Amino acid sequence: MNDTPISAHGLTRAFYGHLAVSNVSFAVPRGQVFALLGRNGAGKTTTLRMLLGLLEPTAGEARLLGQTSRDLSPETRARIGFMAEGCALYDWMRVKECIAFQRAFYPRFDDETCRAVVDAFRLNERQRVGELSHGQRAGLNLAVVLATEPEVLILDDPAMGLDPVARRLLLEAMVHFSQRDHTTILYSTHLLADVERVADGIILLERGALRACCTVDTFRQRVRRYAIPFEGEPPSLPDEATIIAKKRFEQEMLVTVVTPAATPEGELPSVLALPDHEVEPLPISFEDAAIAYLGHRGEVRFVVERNDA
Amino acid sequence: MALRVDIVAGSTTPIYRQVVDQIRLAVVTGDLEPGDPLPSVRALAAQLVVNPNTIAKAYGELSRSGEIVSQRGRGMFIGHAAPTPDASERRTRLASEAERLIQQALLLGASQAEVLALIRETWAGLEEAKKGPDDES
Repeated sequence: MNDTPISAHGLTRAFYGHLAVSNVSFAVPRGQVFALLGRNGAGKTTTLRMLLGLLEPTAGEARLLGQTSRDLSPETRARIGFMAEGCALYDWMRVKECIAFQRAFYPRFDDETCRAVVDAFRLNERQRVGELSHGQRAGLNLAVVLATEPEVLILDDPAMGLDPVARRLLLEAMVHFSQRDHTTILYSTHLLADVERVADGIILLERGALRACCTVDTFRQRVRRYAIPFEGEPPSLPDEATIIAKKRFEQEMLVTVVTPAATPEGELPSVLALPDHEVEPLPISFEDAAIAYLGHRGEVRFVVERNDA
Repeated sequence: MALRVDIVAGSTTPIYRQVVDQIRLAVVTGDLEPGDPLPSVRALAAQLVVNPNTIAKAYGELSRSGEIVSQRGRGMFIGHAAPTPDASERRTRLASEAERLIQQALLLGASQAEVLALIRETWAGLEEAKKGPDDES
């Protein structure tokens, strides 16, 4: 079996001379959950659409389940689940009709899974799709996608506009299906605390370029924060790209650094070897680390590694 | 007693570390005893809504040190080994907790003697509670 069901190889897409996605490569190992992160306009949706074969790459290649996304066979397509941004469903259908409509396309459609998700989101089968709340709409979309028992699940910002309860249901569904069926999941999101909960790895894009592709654990180990207390003159730090954030306060400076891959946990990165100052490690959350990393200007890639599943 | 784990996403403590700490805490406070079963990786992952690999990592760390043991086909159980944090880790973590406690004491206007007395009292209370059920049974 192919052990990276989702992969991109130098994937590039230009729109009117502007590179929306530029030379992006990554691979998601079978059965893992990867989050696609990046600010608005970073190229997340464009990347996902190329993966699904909905958009032709200008250069490079996307592959799903061992086939190039450009020409996925209908058989392979039937093994892929996709939830588009904002949930593309027909508003005029009733919930029941929407389910029947989807069922007609998929011989493997599992009514039990569909019902379980529909019930979890408390959907009324007689309601019109157009009258559903954001969360219910996402629930219905999730139900009809998961019921097809996809081997690969691609979700474009599925948590957008969901209330906390619906968000939790979405996470539960992701954990459940990645465990039960070893579904390989790639989803885009802005909710970093949820990423920490459910994702094995992250793919981070910025202005179309790949900025990081690694496990959540690696990212946490590599991005660290330090406090440097000072009196009078603030310490002068070397002009290094690995220092991704500096904040000066009255008596201390907070510095966020990307450490080289081999730096052991308690060890100070060499860029912070300051003879005249004490440097104190501070705990940092995944969310703060990701924000510091994303907020950094420039297209420097620090944390990209080969996925070894 | 059943294991109760509460995790907080977005914290400075990684989720796997929160799981490890809470299982250790349940053992040292006597809520769990050697031989008590633990939920499976799948069950705990589903219950906490976290990636199963995160739970597996926590269980891996605890079983390497013998604090939990796996019995083939039966699952994971609390083992007999005590946690063995190295001296420097123990110091750093206790120091930060002590700082928090002292800050609270200052905030509430408590004296040093009062705080130390309270620590002794609470410590004794916990040891008592841990012994308690054994004596009855």
